[in-house]
Amino acid sequence: MQAFEYANPSTLQEAVALLAPQRGQTDVLAGGTDLISLMKDYIHTPKRLVNIKNIQELEGIRASAGGLRIGALVTMDELARNAEVRASYKALADAAAGIPSPQIRHMGTVGGDLCQRPRCWYFRGGFGLLATDNGKPLVPDGENHYHAIFGGGPAYFVSASSLGPALVAMGARVKLVSAKGSREVAVKSFFVAPKDENTREIVLRPDEILSEILVPAPAVHSATYEVRQKEALDWPLAAASVALTMKGSVVAGAKVVMGHVAPIPWEAAAAEKALAGKTITAASAEAAGKAAVEDAQPLSRNAYKVQLASVAVKRALLEAVKGKA
Amino acid sequence: MANTPDYSWPPMDQRKVIGQPYKRVDGPAKASGRAKYSSDYLSRDLLFGAYQTCPHAHARVLSVDTSEAESTKGVMAVHVAAPAGTEIQWAGAEIAAVAATSTEIAWDAVRKIKVQYEVLPHLVNETDLSKAGARAKAAGERLTGDPDKAFQEAEVTSEGHYGIPVINHVCLETHGSVTQWKGQGDDSQLQCWVSTQDVTHYAGSLAPNLKVPAANIHVRQDHVGGGFGSKFSPDAWGEVAARLSQKAGGRPVKLFLDRATDQKIAGNRPSAYGWIKIGGKRDGTITAWESRTWGTGGFTGGGSPPLPYIITGIPNQRMNHTAVSTNIGPSRAWRAPNNQQASYMTCGAVEDFAAKAGLDPLEVFKINARYTPEARRDTYLFHFDKAAELAGWKKLWHPRGESGPGPMKRGLGIGFNAWAGLGHQSQCRVTLHADGSVNVDIGTQDLGTGTRTIILQVAAETLGLPIGAIKLAIGSNDLPPDSASGGSTTVGGVSSSTRKASMNALAKLYELAAQTLGTTADQLEAAEGRIRVKGTPAKSITWQAACRRIPASGVISEIGETNPRNPMGLMAGGVAGVQMADVSVDIETGVVKVNRYVAVQDCGLIINPRLAESVCYGAISQGISTALYEQRFMDGQTGRMLNPNMEFYKLAGIGDIGDIVVHLDIRPENDKRGVVGLGEPPAVAICAAIGNAVANAIGVRVPNIPMTPEHVLAALEGRTV
Amino acid sequence: MRGVGIGGGALGTGLLEKNAGAGTTPASVVGPGAVPITLHINGKPVTLTVEPRVTLSNALREHLGMTGSKRVCDRGTCGGCTVIMNGKTVYSCSVLAIDAQGKNIETIEGLAAPGQLHPISQAFWNNDGQQCGYCTSGFVMAMKGFLDEHPNPTVEEVKHGLGGNLCRCGAYMGIRKAAMEAAKAIQQGGKHG
Repeated sequence: MQAFEYANPSTLQEAVALLAPQRGQTDVLAGGTDLISLMKDYIHTPKRLVNIKNIQELEGIRASAGGLRIGALVTMDELARNAEVRASYKALADAAAGIPSPQIRHMGTVGGDLCQRPRCWYFRGGFGLLATDNGKPLVPDGENHYHAIFGGGPAYFVSASSLGPALVAMGARVKLVSAKGSREVAVKSFFVAPKDENTREIVLRPDEILSEILVPAPAVHSATYEVRQKEALDWPLAAASVALTMKGSVVAGAKVVMGHVAPIPWEAAAAEKALAGKTITAASAEAAGKAAVEDAQPLSRNAYKVQLASVAVKRALLEAVKGKA
Repeated sequence: MANTPDYSWPPMDQRKVIGQPYKRVDGPAKASGRAKYSSDYLSRDLLFGAYQTCPHAHARVLSVDTSEAESTKGVMAVHVAAPAGTEIQWAGAEIAAVAATSTEIAWDAVRKIKVQYEVLPHLVNETDLSKAGARAKAAGERLTGDPDKAFQEAEVTSEGHYGIPVINHVCLETHGSVTQWKGQGDDSQLQCWVSTQDVTHYAGSLAPNLKVPAANIHVRQDHVGGGFGSKFSPDAWGEVAARLSQKAGGRPVKLFLDRATDQKIAGNRPSAYGWIKIGGKRDGTITAWESRTWGTGGFTGGGSPPLPYIITGIPNQRMNHTAVSTNIGPSRAWRAPNNQQASYMTCGAVEDFAAKAGLDPLEVFKINARYTPEARRDTYLFHFDKAAELAGWKKLWHPRGESGPGPMKRGLGIGFNAWAGLGHQSQCRVTLHADGSVNVDIGTQDLGTGTRTIILQVAAETLGLPIGAIKLAIGSNDLPPDSASGGSTTVGGVSSSTRKASMNALAKLYELAAQTLGTTADQLEAAEGRIRVKGTPAKSITWQAACRRIPASGVISEIGETNPRNPMGLMAGGVAGVQMADVSVDIETGVVKVNRYVAVQDCGLIINPRLAESVCYGAISQGISTALYEQRFMDGQTGRMLNPNMEFYKLAGIGDIGDIVVHLDIRPENDKRGVVGLGEPPAVAICAAIGNAVANAIGVRVPNIPMTPEHVLAALEGRTV
Repeated sequence: MRGVGIGGGALGTGLLEKNAGAGTTPASVVGPGAVPITLHINGKPVTLTVEPRVTLSNALREHLGMTGSKRVCDRGTCGGCTVIMNGKTVYSCSVLAIDAQGKNIETIEGLAAPGQLHPISQAFWNNDGQQCGYCTSGFVMAMKGFLDEHPNPTVEEVKHGLGGNLCRCGAYMGIRKAAMEAAKAIQQGGKHG
C-alpha cells in the first residue's frame, strides 16, 4: 500500500473540499472492505484518503410515506435488520442479508456497495477495467467463468454491487455531492458500462461523494434471489431483484433486474413484458426467466451463467409473491 | 546388566491413559490466542522482509536494478535471488527480497526494484492434452494380461472421462521464517524460527547453501499454521532470510511469503485427467481395465496416479500416462500424494461400470474386493457394509438418475482409500530427576494432529504418572532427532520412541527401587504414581521415593529409538477405508450440497480417539472443499494465476460441509497391529464419493472435479467444459 | 456486495496539490508520515505512532505484539484477523489503525485473564474445534460477536453466523459443537466478555 495523507472530516462540506477533481488523487474511505485491498494491490494509489465515517449526516435510515432515505454510511447489517426495510423493501433486505460474512455486513456500507470496484481478476491483476494486455482484450479468450453474459464488451466485468439490482428495480436515486453542489442520479444511470479505459463504471466524479440513497414508496412485492455456490463468504454467480406492482393478483407493472451478469445491473425488459397482465405462477415465472436471458451473449466459459440468471429471475419472482397470493 | 524391556503395548483392557479421549494439551494456548507461531515472532530489532516476484510464466532476467530500493530509508538489506541471466519457469518466482524496519517500507522498497525481462513462450494449462505439444512426455505403457481379448469377451463395458485439477495447499500460515544470522563462516550462529513439517532436518538442508556448519543452526518452532505436505524444506525463503539477516548486521529478519506468492509457488498438487474403460461380467466382476491419463505437477512434470487404485489385481490391464511440463509453481506433496487422484478416477470408473451394468455399485465394489491386496481384503468388505449401514444405503440408494421429481436430486456415492502410515525414525529422551520430575524430549513437531498430546499419553501410561507430571519439549533441533511429519508417520514414530525411552528409563529406576522393595528389577511395575511389585500392589513405594534414590549428582536419562525396519509390534503400516457421500444437487443451478458424509476408517491401536476423529473430520472437510470448490485458474495468455487469494480460490466454510460421521474401526484385531498413522488415509476418497453421489443424483457423470455449477450444468446439458 | 470508499476512482498518478479542494484549509489532514494515535484496546488506551496506511491488523501484530489475531488472506476474506470493534466483528486487515481511534476494540488477548479461559475458548478446547490453530483466534472472536447477538442459537444459525471465517484443517464439526456449548455455558453464568 502506497503511503497517503489521511483526512478525517466531520462534515460533508469539509469532506468534499478535501477531494481532488482529477482521478487517482484522492479516495473516499468508508467501510474499507474493498478500498483497503485495492490499495494493498496498488490498483488504487491515492495521495490522500478522506475518511467519511465520522460524518453524521451520512448516517441513518429514514422511512416516510414518500419512500426511504438511506444514508451512505448505513452498513449492510443495519439495512438487513431494519424492520421497515424488511417489511416493505424486501428485495433490498434480501440483498443485504445475502452477504454471507457478518464481518463484511458490519463493515460494508450501502454507499460502498454501490461504489465498489469490479472483482474481475484481470482488473485486480492490473490489466485495467477493460482487461487488456498490449491492447489485446484478455477476457474473451481467457478465463471468463465469472464474467458478463450481457453487454457484448468491451467491458466484460460484472458489477459487484449487491444492492444495485434491487435499487434499479425500485427506481431509486442517489445523491452525489461535490464542493460545487449536489445532483441526483437514478441508480439505473449511476452504473455505466465503460467503452474505454478512462471511463469508470459509475458516474461518480472523483470530487463527489455519494451521500444518500432515495428509494420511492415501495412496490407491493419485491424480492432478491442470489445463486450462491457456498454458504460461506463468496460472490453470487448470478442474482435477480424484482419489484412488482399488482392489480389484484395480476401484475400491473414489473421491474426485473439481474446482478452479476453484466458491467451494470441488467434490466430484463423482455421479462417485464412477459409478466404484464399475468399472475405469478411457476409457469409464468419460468417463462419470464427464459425471456430475461433471451439476449444473453455468453463467453467461452460462462454459458452456465445464462441458466443461473434465468433461474434467479424465476426464483425471485416466486419469492416476491410467496405467502401473498 | 538390565534385560531389554518388553516394549509391547499394554493389553487394551489394562490401559489407563492410552485410548482415552484426552483434550489436546496445547488447546488452551491455541484457543486463547496465546500460542506463538513463528510468524508471530516480534522483537525490537526485527526486520520485515518482502519479495519482488516475476509476473511472467517464462522469461529470462535481463537486469535487476536494486539501487533505488537500497537507498530507501528504513531498508537494511537487499538480496537478489534471480540475477541477470536467470531463466524463470513460473510466474511468482522470486527475483529479489528486501528487509526493512517495517512491513510497509518493505512493500515500498520491493516495488522500487527494476527488473527487465525477455519474455519467453509458456504453457500453463494442461487440461487439453492436444495443446501440450512437446511439453507432453509419455511415461510409457504398462500391460498386464491380455486386455484386448478381455474387452472382446466382456459382457459389459463402460468408459468415461475423469479429471481432477491442480489445487493449492493454502496453509493459513504462509511459508517462511524469522531468521537471525550472527557472525561469519564457522563462527556463524543462526537462529531460525520456522514454519515447517521437519524441525530436525531444517538445519541440515540449509547449511550447505549458506556454507555454515549445520551444528551452528538452531531451529525452533512451537506451532505451525498448516503444512499438508508443502512445508518439508527450508526452501529458498529460509536461505534468503538468512542472507538478508547477515547483510543487515545480524538483525532477525521475518520473511514469510505474501498470500498471493504462497499460492503461486508454495504448493500445487499435481492434476490428473484421463479416459478409463472397464470391461466385465454381468454380475459386476471386472475383468479388464484400460486407462490413458495425463497430468502436470509443474515444470518438472507430475506424479502419476497409481491406477487402478486398490483393486490392483484386475487380471487384464493397459495403462498409459503422460506427464505434462507446465510453467506453474512446482508441485509439492499433498496429504496422500497421487492417491486422491487415483481414488477419484478408479471409483468413478467403477461406479460408471455399475451403472452401465444396471447394478448397485455397493455390490460391484464388494464383488471386486477380490482384487484388493489380501492383507486388507476382509477389512474392505467389512467397511463397505459398515459404511452402508451408517449411510442408510439400502434405504436411500436408487438406480442412477432415478431421483424423483423436482429440481433437487439426492444421490449416494462410494469411495475407498488406502495408505501405509508406518512410523518414521524417531528418538525420544526421557529424563528422571531426583525430585521425581520428568522430561520427555523429541525433536518433532505438532502440525495440529495432536502430537504433543499423544507423546504425553504414551509417557504417562508407561511411567504410571498423570500427564501433568511430565514436561514435554518438542519443536527444536537441540532435541533428539525425529523425522518429517509426512506420510502419516509421526504418530507411529513418536509413540514407539517415547514408549521405548520411557521403558528404558524405568528399567534404570527399577534397579534403584528394587533394593528398597527387597526384590529384583524385573519384578517391578510403574502404575498410579508408584513403583510396585507385580501381583503385590501393596508392596510399593511412591514415584517420588523411588526417584529420591537417584544420586543427587545425576539423573536417569535414556533414549528410545524407533526403527521403521524393526517396528517390534509397536506400530504397523497399511490401512483401508470406505466412505460414502450423501448429496443433493439443484439441477436448475448445478449447486451441490453435502447432506451427510460417512467415513469408516481402518486403524491400528488408537492412542487418542478424540484426536483421531478430529483428524478424520478435518481430512473430510478439506476433501469436501476440494470436491466442490477448489480450482486454480491459470490464464493462458498472460501465464499468470488469476486467483491467488482466498476469495476466488474458493474454500469450504463452516456451513458447506454437511454433517460428517466418522466411525473408527477400533477392534482387537486392529489394535494388536500397533499404532498406524491416520493423517492421510481419510483424506483420499472424498472426491470419489462425492463425484459418484452427484452422478447417482443427476443421472450423468460430471467428469471434472470440482463439482461446480459450471461443471454440473455442462454435464446435464451434454456440453464439455 | 462489499463496501468501498464512496468516492471517485483512481487510475492516474501525479502529485496532489496541497489544499486540493478549493477554499478550505485541510487542517485535519495528517500523514503520510507516522502520526501518534490512541487506540482503546480491551478497555485500555494505548498510544502508538504509525503511518496512516498501517492497518489495525499490522498495528496489533507488529507494533503492539498482540499476535492473537493472524494475518492470513490479508484481503478481508478469511476471518483470521477478526476483532470486535464497537461490538461488531470486523476484519482488522481491512481497517486502518488510525481509523480505529475512538472505537472500543476487543481482541482475543482481552477475553480472559492470564491462566484463565473464556467460556468460548474453553468450548473450543472441549470440542476440539481447532487443529493447527491458526484460524482459531479469529474464529473465537467471530463466535464472541455472534453469540453476543444470538445468545441461544440453532446449529443452522451458527453455520450462517460464522460464514466470514475459514479453517483449512477442517475443524468445523468441533467449532459447531463449541458454539452450542459456549452459548449454554455463557447463559448458565459463565463469564461473558
